[in-house]
Amino acid sequence: MPLLQIDKMTHYFGGLRAVYNYGLEINPGQIRGLIGPNGAGKTTIFNLITGIYQPTEGTISLEGNKLNGCSPHEIASMGIGRTFQNMLLWRHMTVLEHVKMARYSRLTYGLIGAFFGTAKRHKEEAESEEKAYYLLKMMGVDQFADQIVINLAYGAQRRVEMARALAMEPKVLFLDEPTAGMNPEELVQMMDIIRKIHGELGLAIFLIEHRMKVVMELCQRIQTLVFGEVIAEGTPEEIQSNPSVIDAYLGKEMVE
Amino acid sequence: MELTSDGMSTDKRQISSQIRGFFAQTPLLGWLLGALAAVALEYFIGTPFARMLGLRKAPMLFGFVIMLKKPALIHGAILYFVLIYLLPIGVIARLSATSMNRLAAKLLDYPLMVSGLIHLGLLYAILHWWSDMSLYRAEVLRYTLIAVLLTLSLNLINGYMGEFSCSHPGFMALGAYASSVFTLGLFADDRFFGAALLPHWLGPFFFPIALIFGGCVAAVGALAVAIPSFRTRGDYLAIISLAFMFIVKSLIENLELVGGPRGLGDQPGWANLPVVFATVVLGIWIINNFVRSTLGKALNAVRDNEMAADAMTVNTRQTKITAFLFAAFWAGVAGGLFAHVLRYVNPGTFGIQKLAEVLAMVYFGGLNSVYGSIVGACSISLLGEMLRPLELWKWIIIPLLLILVMIFRPTGLISFKEFDVKKLIQPRKKLN
Repeated sequence: MPLLQIDKMTHYFGGLRAVYNYGLEINPGQIRGLIGPNGAGKTTIFNLITGIYQPTEGTISLEGNKLNGCSPHEIASMGIGRTFQNMLLWRHMTVLEHVKMARYSRLTYGLIGAFFGTAKRHKEEAESEEKAYYLLKMMGVDQFADQIVINLAYGAQRRVEMARALAMEPKVLFLDEPTAGMNPEELVQMMDIIRKIHGELGLAIFLIEHRMKVVMELCQRIQTLVFGEVIAEGTPEEIQSNPSVIDAYLGKEMVE
Repeated sequence: MELTSDGMSTDKRQISSQIRGFFAQTPLLGWLLGALAAVALEYFIGTPFARMLGLRKAPMLFGFVIMLKKPALIHGAILYFVLIYLLPIGVIARLSATSMNRLAAKLLDYPLMVSGLIHLGLLYAILHWWSDMSLYRAEVLRYTLIAVLLTLSLNLINGYMGEFSCSHPGFMALGAYASSVFTLGLFADDRFFGAALLPHWLGPFFFPIALIFGGCVAAVGALAVAIPSFRTRGDYLAIISLAFMFIVKSLIENLELVGGPRGLGDQPGWANLPVVFATVVLGIWIINNFVRSTLGKALNAVRDNEMAADAMTVNTRQTKITAFLFAAFWAGVAGGLFAHVLRYVNPGTFGIQKLAEVLAMVYFGGLNSVYGSIVGACSISLLGEMLRPLELWKWIIIPLLLILVMIFRPTGLISFKEFDVKKLIQPRKKLN
């Protein structure tokens, strides 16, 4: 059984058809890519799966559990972690607090623990701190743990966001343009990080990306989305040589 | 003169850093000891000393009132302040620094609770002695402590959660009336509620229950605000909560059972200094525990970016409603204390004026910070008392101060600072 399965998903914003008849299957440990021109509906698909929007039609299921109608935090606790295109970090919080926050749904001490500082709370907070440090070390940003996140360099912020998404121990990790705004050097580092989390944690990854280099090198299978519809699906080589993909990106050659 | 970024000249800055360096090694314990000595000094020789300086009696609030009322006595008031407070505190704090550091370090070997309770005991002794000088001081002190609790509870919403709530006077009114009805109904022969149901001597033991009851009633009221207004973000909460405040006020005004606009009086005076102090300290402790846990930090995540909080498994709606009820609970407790200190409540107290006052305390002191709430509540309520002789001008000076703070420190004096008890009471190391 595939880990994440999406069938015939369609979504309308009023009269605008943003996504049409979208289907996807992600197996455990797979890296899948989603490419497409600006405004094709890639981020909308992420938002549909993670529960920010509810699809007009179609079903989404994770390990056989239907996700339709669940709220974003429920879907997140079921095992879909994500990062955002424009890095939605919490500007007044420290790096460590960011990563610990993503373990919110795993805390069981409840309000009594929060109010009175019980032993259970100290134990659980210490555990999640340990886990957070492990992830920050893995991302190479543990030296910034006590700093406010907006004081960090751009690349480091991206890593913090990645560590935050990993802290919730997701089954599938959604990365929305993880290399947006990065220089070539940072790009290579980010690709190494993605390979590392794929290798060490064995995560399934679903990736939106604009840069062909990243998608082609990382992904096992790629979908191309144009105006909300998948026009091509296949291995990187197949996609690269697919004429309709080339048309979508570069336009048709006019023959007189 | 060369000016630096925060408007201080360089030589002023040097002087202030020298003073700071001089006292850098003094732990909190040392300061408390100094303050205790100063207060003891005042207790024993304050009045004769004040007479010697030409004052009628010892200045009640650090000489401000005297200075403003009788400018001819300014030198006496200043001298009194320096010789009774400033000098003893400074000298003893500095001289005892080494031994107090050693003591503080030794205390840290025991559980944090022990050291914390010793500090609190010292603080209480200081406040007790200070307020023993006059009834006026005792009143001001209790109202200030209540203001601290109220400010902190509003800071939970306006600072930690980043929503703008205006209903705190309403919650306070609910708490004040509910606890008053509880104590009057059970323990007093009252014209509204008939003869006492329980013997009067049992009362003080039931007083905490009365406060909790008041808090719970306020929390139930908060639910009425929270359910409709937390579906969306933005100005809705401000408007709905403002409406709620007026609804509570006119509801009480029209409720003959609790006296209507005439108010409700003769509450038993159980809210003495130890009770108020203990309740406020307990409130600060619980609220601080909450905001430092991941459950409480979720409020900050919701404030800074709700979508991200949701995507990181935080149940945002539940978090917001819990925090709102929690804040309302403490506002209700503060209201209960208030009613039993003043021993009279009327609906007019809990209007727009109270709202302005508590909002000023929150924004003056600093958002998202327990220190800020303590500083804000103390400074605004003490300033309000100190500037009383200025009458109308008081209402020009305090807002002006608030505007200045907003210009130079938009989030308040001490904002976004964590209140870490361990850091506060630990021994101070030598610089370098």
